[in-house]
Amino acid sequence: MKNLLKSGVAAMALVTMASAAAADGKVVVYHWFEYIPQELVDKFTADTGIEVVMDTYDSNEAMLASLKAGGVGTYDVAVPGDYMVKIMASAGMLDTIADGELTNKGNISPTWADPSFDPGRQHSIPYQWGSTSFAVNRDVFAGDINTTDILFNPPAELQGKINVLDSQGEVMAMAALHMGIPQCTTDRDQLKALNAMLLSAKENWVSFNSDTAKEVLVSGDAAAGMIYDGFSAKARAEGANVEYAFPTQGYIAWMDNVVLLKDAPNRENALKFMDFLLVPENAAQLTNWTQYASGVEGVAPLLDEALRTLPEANPQDGAGQAVFIEACDEEVQAVYDTIWTNLKK
Amino acid sequence: MAGGAASGGSAATDTYKEARNWLLLPSWVYLGAFVLVPVIMMLIYSFLTKEFRGGVVWEFSTAAYDQFFFDRGLFGDEPARIEWTYITIFWRSIWQAGAATLLALAIGFPTAYFIATRPEQARPMWVFLITIPYWVNLLIRTVSMKFMLRDSGPLNDFLIGTGLINDPISIINTNFAVQLGLFYSYLPFMVLPIYASVERYNFSLSEAAADLYASKWVTLRRVLLPAVKPGVIAGCILVFVPSMGSFLAPDLLGGAKNFMIGSLIEEQFKGNAGNWPFGAAASMVLLSMVLIVLMIFARQQAKAEKEAS
Repeated sequence: MKNLLKSGVAAMALVTMASAAAADGKVVVYHWFEYIPQELVDKFTADTGIEVVMDTYDSNEAMLASLKAGGVGTYDVAVPGDYMVKIMASAGMLDTIADGELTNKGNISPTWADPSFDPGRQHSIPYQWGSTSFAVNRDVFAGDINTTDILFNPPAELQGKINVLDSQGEVMAMAALHMGIPQCTTDRDQLKALNAMLLSAKENWVSFNSDTAKEVLVSGDAAAGMIYDGFSAKARAEGANVEYAFPTQGYIAWMDNVVLLKDAPNRENALKFMDFLLVPENAAQLTNWTQYASGVEGVAPLLDEALRTLPEANPQDGAGQAVFIEACDEEVQAVYDTIWTNLKK
Repeated sequence: MAGGAASGGSAATDTYKEARNWLLLPSWVYLGAFVLVPVIMMLIYSFLTKEFRGGVVWEFSTAAYDQFFFDRGLFGDEPARIEWTYITIFWRSIWQAGAATLLALAIGFPTAYFIATRPEQARPMWVFLITIPYWVNLLIRTVSMKFMLRDSGPLNDFLIGTGLINDPISIINTNFAVQLGLFYSYLPFMVLPIYASVERYNFSLSEAAADLYASKWVTLRRVLLPAVKPGVIAGCILVFVPSMGSFLAPDLLGGAKNFMIGSLIEEQFKGNAGNWPFGAAASMVLLSMVLIVLMIFARQQAKAEKEAS
């Protein structure tokens, strides 16, 4: 009975808190799945009294589709990747952050203050960044892994045991690096060669999985797989003997960004949310959880020691260049779509 | 089954003749709002011009159907040939869904028969047991299936443990895994309609057949099966149709290596392709195919009933 009373009081307290939060309004966030620790969300609500309402998506394209299908005006902020910021901005889906509206804008590290996908950071702030490449199970293959041949022309040990991301952008960009051709090339011979190369490489792939890219490596369903750097670190932490590769041909860089959406119903709160994420302590808390990297200045001393020396964040000498995925124009994209359908038909 | 409903219906019609239209209103509203309007929207979208990266431009275009039926090469400027890509994808889906339906029938029919022949007070318990796993979300069940089937999973561990095999059988990421997944996802849809039919079956007919020297096999084929055919057909349709459009099992259990119709359509909305009219057109083709199959079934059933009466 006493316990019942206690929980009753606790429930009452929760209700009061919730209504207090409601008094200060809310911010509606459209976010990737599992990409923000609950403690950080709670901290924001405790600091500002603003309630965070969150919907999640599992790919940039899925987010774009649902915003196009009527999501604009519902959400305040979203977290698109680099190339998607550019696509959304050119489609007029982003609001402009005027000078002085973000108190902590100065905290953005100089490297990321003026990126090609959002010059002058007019619509976005950095959320997290990292790389996409692939990880190899060292119990299965002990040779040199710092080459894109692992994915597209694999050694015998890895044939038929490779998972690739179920995402056209990443696979095409990686394939272009492997062949040494520009992304979104308009050269017909190069596009034909790209199509042929992918079709023959597929013979050695066991699956196309993005959501379970980490899980298939941990379980042993795949012996090598395309993966985001943080996922690879988590796979290692979960006991998989995997090593993340920085191929000499180059690898993919990505940056997710919090953008202010057009017609945001709670614009003021959205800006507070963005300011909150630019505070070094908060950015550090986020980064320690995601195990990616922050674009906020002054985070470094607050990071876990293990994160600073993380193999997935420290390319070896001789590693290739990290490149962002490019958004192709309509004509090339049509060819890319045909190639992707050929690959999966 | 249909006969009983018809005779009951005519009595009801007399009583409620006046109010009939009003009483039917909820179903008309439901059908209109959730079936007719979405299908018409889909039809309209399939004839619009695509907007780059998702969305539509309100201009008439047959480009989506053109893309579906004609192959114009990698760059879209070669003379049109018949496009086999999407036919292949549709054929694969039909094949996968068909195999899953046969599996479900092979397991579902004996199960339904078993339940229907239990003492009357025990039957609800058996039906209850059949439905319990389906209280769990489909995604969770499909993922569990993945755990079961994988090379290092319990199924292979068990088979190796018994000494039946030495090396794990690779089931995960194959077509068979997809069929198993679909079969498992929709099994109750097969069991329940067949159970409903068998329960109403008059077992003295089987005894009569036996008295007339029919073997058990002949009794099953010539007496029981024709009597419960509506239940079997309903079960097959209920398993086949959702299996055709499924994308969860192909993605999770089949490794998403090959498109099924469901994943092809999903790609048009959630993937890079962002081609809404084409997604709508592919859905329309799928819908038409399902409708044709249903109409063939319906006509055959009507014919069979006419012959019977």
